[in-house]
Amino acid sequence: MSNLSFNSHGVLAIYRFEMARFMRTIWQSLVAPVITTSLYFIVFGSAIGSRMSEVGGVPYGAFIVPGLIMMALFQESLFNGSFGIYFPKFTGTIYELLSAPISSFEAVLAYVGAAATKSVVLGLVILATASLFVPLHIAHPFLMTGYLVLIAVTFSLFGFILGVWANSFEQLNVVPMLIMTPLTFLGGAFYSIEMLPPAWRVVTLFNPVVYIIDCFRWSFFDMADVNVALSFGLTVGFFVACLIAVSIIFKTGWHLKN
Amino acid sequence: MSAIVSISNLTKTYASGLQALKSVNLEIMKGEIFALLGPNGAGKTTLISIICGIVTPTSGTVIADGHNIQGDYKAARMKIGLVPQELHTDAFETVIHTVTFSRGLFGRAPNPAHIEKVLRDLSLWEKRNDTIRTLSGGMKRRVMIAKALSHEPTILFLDEPTAGVDVELRRDMWAMVHTLRQSGVTIILTTHYIEEAEEMADRIGVISKGELIVVEEKTALMKKLGKKELTLTLQDALTEVPAALAEWKLELKADGHELHYTFDANADSGTVPALLKRLGELGIGFKDLNTSQSSLEEIFVSLVHGGKAGGAGK
Repeated sequence: MSNLSFNSHGVLAIYRFEMARFMRTIWQSLVAPVITTSLYFIVFGSAIGSRMSEVGGVPYGAFIVPGLIMMALFQESLFNGSFGIYFPKFTGTIYELLSAPISSFEAVLAYVGAAATKSVVLGLVILATASLFVPLHIAHPFLMTGYLVLIAVTFSLFGFILGVWANSFEQLNVVPMLIMTPLTFLGGAFYSIEMLPPAWRVVTLFNPVVYIIDCFRWSFFDMADVNVALSFGLTVGFFVACLIAVSIIFKTGWHLKN
Repeated sequence: MSAIVSISNLTKTYASGLQALKSVNLEIMKGEIFALLGPNGAGKTTLISIICGIVTPTSGTVIADGHNIQGDYKAARMKIGLVPQELHTDAFETVIHTVTFSRGLFGRAPNPAHIEKVLRDLSLWEKRNDTIRTLSGGMKRRVMIAKALSHEPTILFLDEPTAGVDVELRRDMWAMVHTLRQSGVTIILTTHYIEEAEEMADRIGVISKGELIVVEEKTALMKKLGKKELTLTLQDALTEVPAALAEWKLELKADGHELHYTFDANADSGTVPALLKRLGELGIGFKDLNTSQSSLEEIFVSLVHGGKAGGAGK
């Protein structure tokens, strides 16, 4: 019998199970987001980019790459993080997780780890796809990769919380569709907030997604609309808040146990 | 025999205020088959769910194979397998993947030989690469059992294991349960089918409204609580029970052609010969007689509707 101070077999079992689903639904998981991103390049990069050659000295086609990667990362992290835990709740197979000798930390590590892995893979694939359309030079490649992983983990954690909270597929889609999508489109994915009228610029600064996209764009082009340290701090703060929320969920059994 | 599951003063009150368990005390012996009977909402599934970690108890303690299910939950849960009542499966997974997943989830290193044995024992080996959604209800039930056995538990909970399965599969499952017991697994099952408990269980517990109202050896329970009935088919019909037979409290049935005498097989051992002798003295002839013992089902109904009938616990 294995030593269960850490249930490594359990963590690996969940991780492999989730990754197997990713591979089983590769068209939905990977190919569809890549096609969608390519369409963004064609519409925004070519059609609009031809009329707007540069933003802050960066070609427009390249300028939108970090925003597009972040858009895909938000969506996929939230979807994978929430679906991984919501689907067992929906099908009833959650009984097995709840009755297994696995701690809350181990369960989160496995589910969020798998969700984040999928998102990072997707982000890197989109980056590779983008490089086919526009020439890219990444100013801080290691920081870019580290921030990509941080965002993938943070939003997978957030998705996990949504998956625990949701009682229906409709609820599952509320935050990604009605909150994250508008915030992302209005968060500077396709433009610099410096391009906005002063009043709108102030309003935009209340959108947390602005800081995330701006920080990520800084790692590419070494230029930012807002303070990079502030953006990074806010991201870490959100990550810590999600961690605390998840630990409370498991401690209290909220929406999981009677 | 030593206890493998010890339940002490276990209570559960849900957030809605429903008190599902009221200070339950119970010991399950190592290697036995224990049947938990009770009507819907009696607390059977709550009791099992607490032991397995799915529901949090309000108070009380449970020790499973030497491990506290809360303080030492990992070690306790490794010893426990659960087959829930509902067919909860990953529809798009293959049989072998879902069973292998369960073994890993419960902290066990991969062991393809054991997985193969479990699947073969449950006649699932030929279906190992089929996705679960393509299986029949009976085969899905077998998959649930295979998942529960994948990590080699010493305690197996079967919550309504044969609900909705056909007679053939039910018989197969009974045989499988006996085989498991022979391999040393302790089995606790809940069932609505009294026939099932009668066929399989060594001991029976009856739970009603969150209270364990009786725990007894099956044979002892039937002996203790079982009523016998003597039916005499008369040669000539009677219009009423003669006053001389009043002490036996007989019932006249079948338009006066049958006399029915209900008695306690243990306490009233001498009353049947006395009755037959009196009938002879009265010149009441009979052409046939038949005795029958009350089934576990009748005992169960009388317990649930008649209140406590015996001591709960070990």
